[in-house]
Amino acid sequence: MADLLQLLVAGLATGGIYALVAIGFVLLWQTSQTINFAQGEFVMLPAFFVLAAMKFGGLSFPLAMLVGLAVSAVVLGLLFKRLVVDPIIRHGVLPLVISTIALAIFFKEGVKEFYAADAQPFPAAWATTNLSLGGAVVSVQSLVIIAAAVAAVAALQYFLAGTRTGRRMQATAQNPALARVLGIPVERMILYTFLINAALVALASFLVSPIYLAKFTNGETLGLVAFVAAIVGGFNQVRGAIVGGLLLGVVDNFVAAYWSAQYRAAIPLFLLIAVILFRPQGLLGRAEERTV
Amino acid sequence: MTLGGRARIAVAFAAAALLVLAPFGLKPYGIYLLSLWAVTTIAAIGLNLTLGYAGQISLAQASFVGIGAYTAALLTTQGWPLWSAFLLATALCFVIGWVLGYPALRVQHHYLAFVTLSFATLVFLILRNEEWLTKGVYGISGIPRPTVLGWSTKNPIDFYFFCLAMLALVTAATWWLIRSPWGRAFTALRENPIRADSLGVDVRRYTLIAFAIGSALGGISGVLYAPLVQFIEPTAFALNLSLNLLLMVIVGGSGYFFGPFLGAAVSVLLPEWLRFSEGLYLILYAVFVMVLMAFCPSGLLGLAERFRKPAAARRPESAR
Amino acid sequence: MKPWIRTALAAALAVGAATATAQQTVNMPIVIELSGAGAVSGTNFRDGAVLAIDEINARGGILGRKIVAPQSDTQSNPGVSRAQVQKAIDGNPYVILGPVFSGSVKVNMILAQQAEVPQITGAEAADITQAGNPYIFRTSFGQQMSMPKIANYIRDGLKAKTVAVLWVNNDFGKGGRDTFIKEMAARNIKVVADVSTESGQVDFAADVVKVKGANADAIFVYTNEEESARFLREARKQGVKTPLIGETTLLGQKVIELAGEAANGVRGHVGLTVDAPVAPVLAFRERFFKRYNYLPDHNGLKGYTGVYAVKHATEKIGKFDRKLLAKTMHGLTITPEQEPGILMEATWDANGDIDRISFLAEVVDGKQKVVSILPKLRK
Repeated sequence: MADLLQLLVAGLATGGIYALVAIGFVLLWQTSQTINFAQGEFVMLPAFFVLAAMKFGGLSFPLAMLVGLAVSAVVLGLLFKRLVVDPIIRHGVLPLVISTIALAIFFKEGVKEFYAADAQPFPAAWATTNLSLGGAVVSVQSLVIIAAAVAAVAALQYFLAGTRTGRRMQATAQNPALARVLGIPVERMILYTFLINAALVALASFLVSPIYLAKFTNGETLGLVAFVAAIVGGFNQVRGAIVGGLLLGVVDNFVAAYWSAQYRAAIPLFLLIAVILFRPQGLLGRAEERTV
Repeated sequence: MTLGGRARIAVAFAAAALLVLAPFGLKPYGIYLLSLWAVTTIAAIGLNLTLGYAGQISLAQASFVGIGAYTAALLTTQGWPLWSAFLLATALCFVIGWVLGYPALRVQHHYLAFVTLSFATLVFLILRNEEWLTKGVYGISGIPRPTVLGWSTKNPIDFYFFCLAMLALVTAATWWLIRSPWGRAFTALRENPIRADSLGVDVRRYTLIAFAIGSALGGISGVLYAPLVQFIEPTAFALNLSLNLLLMVIVGGSGYFFGPFLGAAVSVLLPEWLRFSEGLYLILYAVFVMVLMAFCPSGLLGLAERFRKPAAARRPESAR
Repeated sequence: MKPWIRTALAAALAVGAATATAQQTVNMPIVIELSGAGAVSGTNFRDGAVLAIDEINARGGILGRKIVAPQSDTQSNPGVSRAQVQKAIDGNPYVILGPVFSGSVKVNMILAQQAEVPQITGAEAADITQAGNPYIFRTSFGQQMSMPKIANYIRDGLKAKTVAVLWVNNDFGKGGRDTFIKEMAARNIKVVADVSTESGQVDFAADVVKVKGANADAIFVYTNEEESARFLREARKQGVKTPLIGETTLLGQKVIELAGEAANGVRGHVGLTVDAPVAPVLAFRERFFKRYNYLPDHNGLKGYTGVYAVKHATEKIGKFDRKLLAKTMHGLTITPEQEPGILMEATWDANGDIDRISFLAEVVDGKQKVVSILPKLRK
């Protein structure tokens, strides 16, 4: 029983990270048809911005996190949109897919060449103590991750449905042409989604790096699993991403513990195939409807 | 087509002659690179069919190369001739490719990228975990070079000519295929699936065929890869190779017949060209790909075409 | 079509010409993992080798000849490594340094053997030196040398009757696991849990639950650096009390740095370490850090000592003769008095395997503390 609880909480924490990354994925796709194959690397990078700010800028950790967040917003939000997405998007989805694959290589190799090839310790922004919970040991870190993921989704839901800007963004996602006619600054709305994505990946990065350590290869599987989480949950629902993410994290841990550790990497595959075959709109998704 | 046609044939002949003569002026390393280029090109031609002509993103081409390579390694180290591996691998990859193509019919193309990616993960795990069959992470060594009709290909140069001959065969078959009604159906599919459907093209069937043939070519490439390197292990056929093959097809020019040839050459020889940059060549390559996508998503051959033809005369061609 | 082929040919030819050896230099190409999964190990090995080469060149080279060491990247891919070793051989090398990946070494050591070029590898898989290849040499223990030592420690030091094994599923981890299990069977120690983990894995909750549930007398952990650290943290979190036993990697400075407090109490065998309580090794560590601004792992030592071994053996024969070099290195013992760069006394056996002292150590207060020194197997 204690083991089950142990695995459940660990799975939820991992799943929370998947969810944060998946939401950004969904947002980008909704508003700008951008499939970001570098999404995993987007999570890897902000931790290195922080480390670099501390190492070369001599900043304190909280200050460095702010700098990391700001640099992420500029590089992974603004510059990503202006330099990579905008010039290519008119050519269609495929060139953009290729370009983000190249971007992933660029980030990975860049960090490896100019910062470090080996894993780096990353300070934690909160207490690293453990709590005992019905025989299982739960770290505060795990709870923070789960709470942060749920809070991020709730805040996003509120923002999209409850604020003027959010509703304008939804309108942009559903029908850009109509939104333009209605006088909504479509370009700015799209930029907002890129900035939100940058903030989400930075948040995910700061949450996982103390546990997972910062390394240039960290994004390799994360991006794929996050995308699968998005499909499983429902690609057109922010809510879906969190359900998909948490589900994947938990199933992964249970499979590794009770079935086969050697095949645990195949779990996303089986969930993906099952969803595509039996419920293509995802667990929470509605068929053929584009909503953020 | 008519103006460029004759010049193009001349260029093709000159290139073929160069490929035949080249190894005589090269050391074994150069010959090995040329062989690797030929083998890689076959896999890229297959992916070009799937991607360039049928418009389906596949990230599983490396898995088919792997299936072919393991078929060849397992059979030839047991004393079977290499041609048996060709038959088995081609059939195997054709069938698996066909089955894998089914999700393509259900989902949009970006979903397919991830379906094939997941399939690639599964193939890698099987190659690694099923030790009784594949020897797992230890890999299979001592793969013999084949003897073809009494002609031993033990020497690098002989094996290169064997690879080149296979490439020529594949090239001719693909050339014929693209000019056949099938090939025209593929192109119609890519340009406008809805229109193709209304014109009576059986979209389902042709998508599956394109996927299956593309996969089978991946298998053939793998059958050659095994005796070329003479050692195989699972990581060689992981995601990296699939991404590489995808970049090759796109960089060369997807949907152009000679795109894969050029793309494979860039990819195989690039580390050599960019030696001066030491560890930075992957970064430079990545930047190059991003710039290419921004300015000319139709790849290097598309770029060449743009320079040759005035902008006004440019239009989509059915058989580029 | 034509221009690129011409460029390609020109490039290929130019490479051949450029690496043709000039009289006053000696060619020691480094073929190594600079990208892909082996990048960390490969970079360490390369930096160690380059450090040694620069030191030697600054003092006039080997027998008056400067060492030239062109580098090429195997991309951690055996197919590419074969190409790169072929290129190295085309350049008429004296010795080839690298690679580290066992899979790559298995494919290209045959080429080096055919060309009769000695090859100093960083790979640790047991079978590499057992194929009867007279041109392959290691500068660290192969798994068939280190696993018996750890097995003896588990039997005699811990008096364990049961053991749980956690390993990384790549050629490094699988090779070590297979050798370890064999050694356990030979000592009648029961393996009660056998847990495979992924390279790059981040969440070790399930794995710790498994090894913890096995209730073994000891847990043997054989993974790469950062996975070791993540495992240790999770094990500490779940309150694992069983002794955690490692082989070299688990007790390395990098793992201690990454795992923090969770590394305390880890015990095991250390084959080659920059933390060895031996003055020349610690001095090497300083020099390395000063030049590259990071601390080397054992691969840095492999590359560094490999170059010095070649230097010493060559000066011993007094000329550049590849065949004679290979012959001389079999059975050769080099002491730090003869050649300071060797750092610790080392002997190569008839297979090209190295023999030197090693250590039993424990992590105490975030530092590796050597408990006892294990002598060389053969004197």
